[in-house]
Amino acid sequence: MTGLVIIGASYAGVQAALTARDAGYSQPITIVCDEEWLPYQRPPLSKDFLLGRISEQNLILRDETFFEGKQIDLVLGHRATLLDLRARQVTLAGDKALEFEKLLIATGSRARRIAVEGADFDGIFYLRSVNDAIDLKARLADAAEIVIVGGGFIGLEVAASAAKLGKKVTVVEASSRLLERAVSPVLSAFLLDTHVRAGVDVMLNETITSFKGSDRKVSAVVLGNGASVRADLVLVGIGGVANDEIARSAGLRCTNGIVVDEHGQSETSDIFAAGDCANHFNRFCESWVRLESVQNAQDQAKAAGFAIAGTRAPYESVPRFWSDQYDVKLQIVGLAGQYDRQAVRGAVDDGRFSVFYYRQGRLVAVDTVNRPGEQMAARRLIAAGISPAPEQAADPSFDLKSLVTAGDKAGA
Amino acid sequence: MPRVRFVQRDGSEKSIEVGRDLSVMLAAVRNGIHGIDGECGGSLDCATCHVYVDEEQASSLPQPDEEELELLSAVSGERRPNSRLSCQLKVLPPLDELVVHVPARQS
Ligand SMILES: Cc1cc2nc3c(=O)[nH]c(=O)nc-3n(C[C@H](O)[C@H](O)[C@H](O)COP(=O)(O)OP(=O)(O)OC[C@H]3O[C@@H](n4cnc5c(N)ncnc54)[C@H](O)[C@@H]3O)c2cc1C
Ligand code: FES
Repeated sequence: MTGLVIIGASYAGVQAALTARDAGYSQPITIVCDEEWLPYQRPPLSKDFLLGRISEQNLILRDETFFEGKQIDLVLGHRATLLDLRARQVTLAGDKALEFEKLLIATGSRARRIAVEGADFDGIFYLRSVNDAIDLKARLADAAEIVIVGGGFIGLEVAASAAKLGKKVTVVEASSRLLERAVSPVLSAFLLDTHVRAGVDVMLNETITSFKGSDRKVSAVVLGNGASVRADLVLVGIGGVANDEIARSAGLRCTNGIVVDEHGQSETSDIFAAGDCANHFNRFCESWVRLESVQNAQDQAKAAGFAIAGTRAPYESVPRFWSDQYDVKLQIVGLAGQYDRQAVRGAVDDGRFSVFYYRQGRLVAVDTVNRPGEQMAARRLIAAGISPAPEQAADPSFDLKSLVTAGDKAGA
Repeated sequence: MPRVRFVQRDGSEKSIEVGRDLSVMLAAVRNGIHGIDGECGGSLDCATCHVYVDEEQASSLPQPDEEELELLSAVSGERRPNSRLSCQLKVLPPLDELVVHVPARQS
């Protein structure tokens, strides 16, 4: 068999197949994935799914009729173990092999493991897949004292869900504030306050040195200062690692993910990668980045899908992300990175505000809290390269949308 | 089983069954309906699930909440009085088929 083979059937893999098909790619398309589930939505796993607001079945994003309609073969429950670029062949566990003309690697990322004593105890969880979420949800029901290792997005979302379920929750974060790499101190402080008010105990500047347990079941975490915190369930959320081993061993260049250009193409022609497993130069961030977001997976996969079909439509969207914790809707556009100025719009105390980040006078990112309309306006501004002056951004009476409309007219 | 009929701008249409508790957006995405992206999966983050609900049916649906209205003010296609975000729509009795029109663009 020839045609397009895709490894990974999640946001990136499925989107690339769909785009390639819709753009006229007429050869066979096969997607292989090691999970047994039809493609499903990951973001709700830490949010509505844990809260029992959405069932497993309603997480499903694409079903058989979709794949039949688009003439895409979906091979579930098979792991790709070996990639041979010269023979243009992917080997699946169990020795079955698939030949390809073009290949897209969309293997995503996995949860980084914690390497301390007791890390293999029962009761220590990671959250990446729906199977992880089903296990976590079941055990959460009987747990009373939860420790979350890591104050990043997944950790904080699970903390919020567990607190809502009435659990005693402790978050242990190594740095001096929450979400340090993603948001500004204003937002970190706001989130800290939100969690503390919900009864969550947040420990900053603190690390886990080991887990204590009996009968190989976790009973406490031991902190760097020697103290210990009781836990009958631990969720570790200390970041993600690209699943790039298969690419690496085939000789593709990987530096924190598979290195690709604006068409999702690796340095080897006809070999593409997209999503959490890929590292690209992002012109809005002015740097090489490996992003972990639905938007990045889908938009990068679209560019790859077009290139596979022979049309060129480079990936150049502004990075976007969202996170829901309690009734806080946090939305992010751009990557603040090394910003040199910020402007806060609205009142932080009201829980409805935005933070505008500037680098050398240019607007590079905007975080909004419970202001979805403002977030949409900000996305347009950044995409169009329009920067309101920081004073304008901070002035709630200044109409940001007027700049967008003016920009639309200028561009029309 | 309730149904949704998606009408494209060229007049072509497709009617599909929608499972219980499933949003119109998810039904569209699962069936690969062209022109409904639903990028955020219904988290009210993206506004790429915009549709025009049949004008006569629009009033029989639960009205948009504040958050949906805020996002509707920022949709990429033309906003009309019957504009809705399909991730917030479910086909509820007494309707047994909801008719929605797909806008010119989502982003
Ligand atoms: C709990 C949680 C909450 C999140 N919340 C948000 C959010 O609110 N907003 C947001 O934008 N993003 C969120 N994300 C991130 C988002 O889900 C990811 O960025 C997105 O899933 C990336 O898609 P992908 O297709 O690149 O990879 P993945 O979704 O990771 O899919 C890769 C697939 O490939 C499979 N695979 C890997 N290796 C092989 C192999 N060798 N052979 C066969 N199959 C293989 C994997 O099992 C997996 O099924 C969240 C993630 C998690 C885990
Ligand atoms: S799917 Fe994103 S707002 Fe409806």
